Formats: sequence, C-alpha cells, structure tokens
Amino acid sequence: MAQFSLPANSVVNPNGNVHKAPAGAKDVRSFSIYRFDPESKDKPRIDTYEVDMGSCGPMVLDALIKIKNEIDPSLTFRRSCREGICGSCAMNIDGVNTLACIKASAEIKGTVKIYPLPHMPVIKDLVPDLTNFYAQYASVKPWLQTRTPAPPDQERLQSKEDQEKIDRPSACILCACCSTSCPSYWWNSDKYLGPAALLAAYRWIIDTRDEATGERLDELEDPFRLYRCHTIMNCAEACPKDLNPARAIAEIKRKIAERKQ
Amino acid sequence: MSLRSPLGKVLGAGAAKEGAHHWWAQRISAVGLVLLAPWFLLSLIALGDLSYINVHDWIAAPVNTVLLSLLVLAVTYHAYLGLQVVVEDYVAHKGIRLLVLLVIKFALLIMGVLGIVSVLRIAFTGNH
Repeated sequence: MAQFSLPANSVVNPNGNVHKAPAGAKDVRSFSIYRFDPESKDKPRIDTYEVDMGSCGPMVLDALIKIKNEIDPSLTFRRSCREGICGSCAMNIDGVNTLACIKASAEIKGTVKIYPLPHMPVIKDLVPDLTNFYAQYASVKPWLQTRTPAPPDQERLQSKEDQEKIDRPSACILCACCSTSCPSYWWNSDKYLGPAALLAAYRWIIDTRDEATGERLDELEDPFRLYRCHTIMNCAEACPKDLNPARAIAEIKRKIAERKQ
Repeated sequence: MSLRSPLGKVLGAGAAKEGAHHWWAQRISAVGLVLLAPWFLLSLIALGDLSYINVHDWIAAPVNTVLLSLLVLAVTYHAYLGLQVVVEDYVAHKGIRLLVLLVIKFALLIMGVLGIVSVLRIAFTGNH
C-alpha cells in the first residue's frame, strides 16, 4: 500500500545551529541549510548562517563556499566547475531544483533556503546518492550503436539539419534537477527511468547515424520505464540548461505509436 | 540487503513491450468523451421535457441508442484506464495493487455492461 507514514529521518528539526554574522558586517543575508550527518544519531536539522554579502560573490555557490571556508568547515556539498557545465552543485534552492553556481543570491527574496535534491537518499548534508540515477542513464546505452562499419577514410557523415536535432538534447549535463523534480519519479524511481535518462535515450533515438533505433524503442516500451511520464512538466521547468525533457518523452511515445501504424 | 549491481536493478526483467496501446486507448476514449458528453448534455437540454416516457422514447431512437451505448463504453473504459494509472502510481505493494486493479476492473465492467444492457433493453423492448 502507499506509504502514509514518513521515515524517521524525513522529519527535519527546523531549529538547528545559528551562526551569527561577524560584528561590522554591512549587508547580511541569512542562509538556512539542510544538515544531515550519517555518523550521528540526530535527525536532519536546518542550520542558519548569516553571511556578510559585502565580502561574498554573487551566486549561491559563492555563499556556500564562503560558509565552508569561514564559518563551518563541516558543511558538505558537491561543486566543481562553478559555471553551470558540470552539474555537480545541483540542489534545491528556494524551493526550486537548480545549480547553485548559476543561481544569484540576489534573485531570492528573504532567507535563502537550501535543501538537497528532493526524494533522493541523502549521503551527507547537500550530497544526494545518485547511484540509481546514473544506472538509469547507463541503461539506455548512451552511445552510438551501428551495424554498418565506419567508413575507413572519414567520419560517419551527418547533415547539418540532422546534427541540429541532437544539439539541444546533447546539452544535458546530468545534474538530475529534472528527474528529482518529477513526482512520478519520486513515487516510482525504481522502475520509471525519469526525464534525464529518457532525454538521453531520445538523443540517440533521433541520431541519424545510429542504427539501433528499433531496439532502443523496444527497451523503452514499458508501462513504467516510459509511460509513467504524465506530462507534469516539472522537468522542463527545473532544467537549468533550458532543455525540454517532457517534449522528448512525448516524441518517444509518438515514435512508438507511429511504428505500429 | 542486495549486492546486485545498480545497473542490474534498473534493467530488472526487461521492458514489458507494453504501454503504447494503453496510452493510445486513453487518448482515443478521451476524444470519444469530448464528442459524446456534450452531445448527451445538449440533447437532454434540447429535449426539454425530461419525463420518464419522453426520455424513454428518446433513448429508443436508433441513433440515440447507439451513441448512448458508446458513451457508456467510453466513460467506463476511460475511467478504468485512468484509475489503473493512479493505482500503479501510488500503490507500491504488488499484491495489493493487483487486488485493487481487479476490483476496479470488475466494478467498471459491471457498470459498463449494466449501462449498455439498460439502453438496449429500452431500445428493444419498446414498452414503457
């Protein structure tokens, strides 16, 4: 039956530690951040950090790094490129899944609330366990599959128009903002592949050099893997790269329907 | 605890090779409802006099008999497809899920057959 009672650790203590701004700070912003330490027996808590924005970079990630460097070194989060291309710092900021490195603190009104990506197992603080998410990506075989041997003296050719079809879906950085914003993925992530993996599948289905289109569609034709998408559109709303996984999923459904005609 | 690899878990028993028909049927039955539901309501309004005998005679007219039967079919079929999705979404326990789906299936089947037989009975027996 549907699970009506929540697991113990999903109850968050809203009154964690408060770290006051240093004396003389001029432009103070509050950051309320989800904290969970797997080695302590405590439930997750919300810690509040007052940050002097006068000496802090503009993005939420700048504030997180400043907190870790100057206030609380135990704060744990993933980050790398700080320019929206690696997808490491995906988290839930002010109620929306996005990348901390390209979300400006000034865009948010009042206290900046930061949680890990929703409905994923939390390893520590803002670090979710994405093992299943990556396995789902691997399951769609995100690489070129052909039976025709490659020409000996040149690349496999593709027209400019055909390349343009895969330009956008190829821009996915696998940050997981879309999949973890999808209620259908929350309830059935063990079987529903989720928008990110399906967008990747679509990218290879429409690649004119690929010769496994039929096998790819076969692998997706499943009530759960593909058809759990109910066109909720949270994925397109959340994507920090402005991609549209919902449309890609609709196109996959259309292709499966068309090949039966 | 399972030591099966994450990819092994995702691949599971493979794709069911099913779902396209369900998806298509849901849309076709929706189109049927979009056409038949307004027809039914507007016809009743146009009928004006909703007395037993008047409605009885209206149902007995051949075109109305057919369209009303199709409306009952579209409503129950569409309702089954929609409820099935809701149950699959929210009921995680496989045994309970199967049980609930069967109950819904039989309930809607009974409703559908009851509705269509009622319409046909009016059409074919003729007497009030």
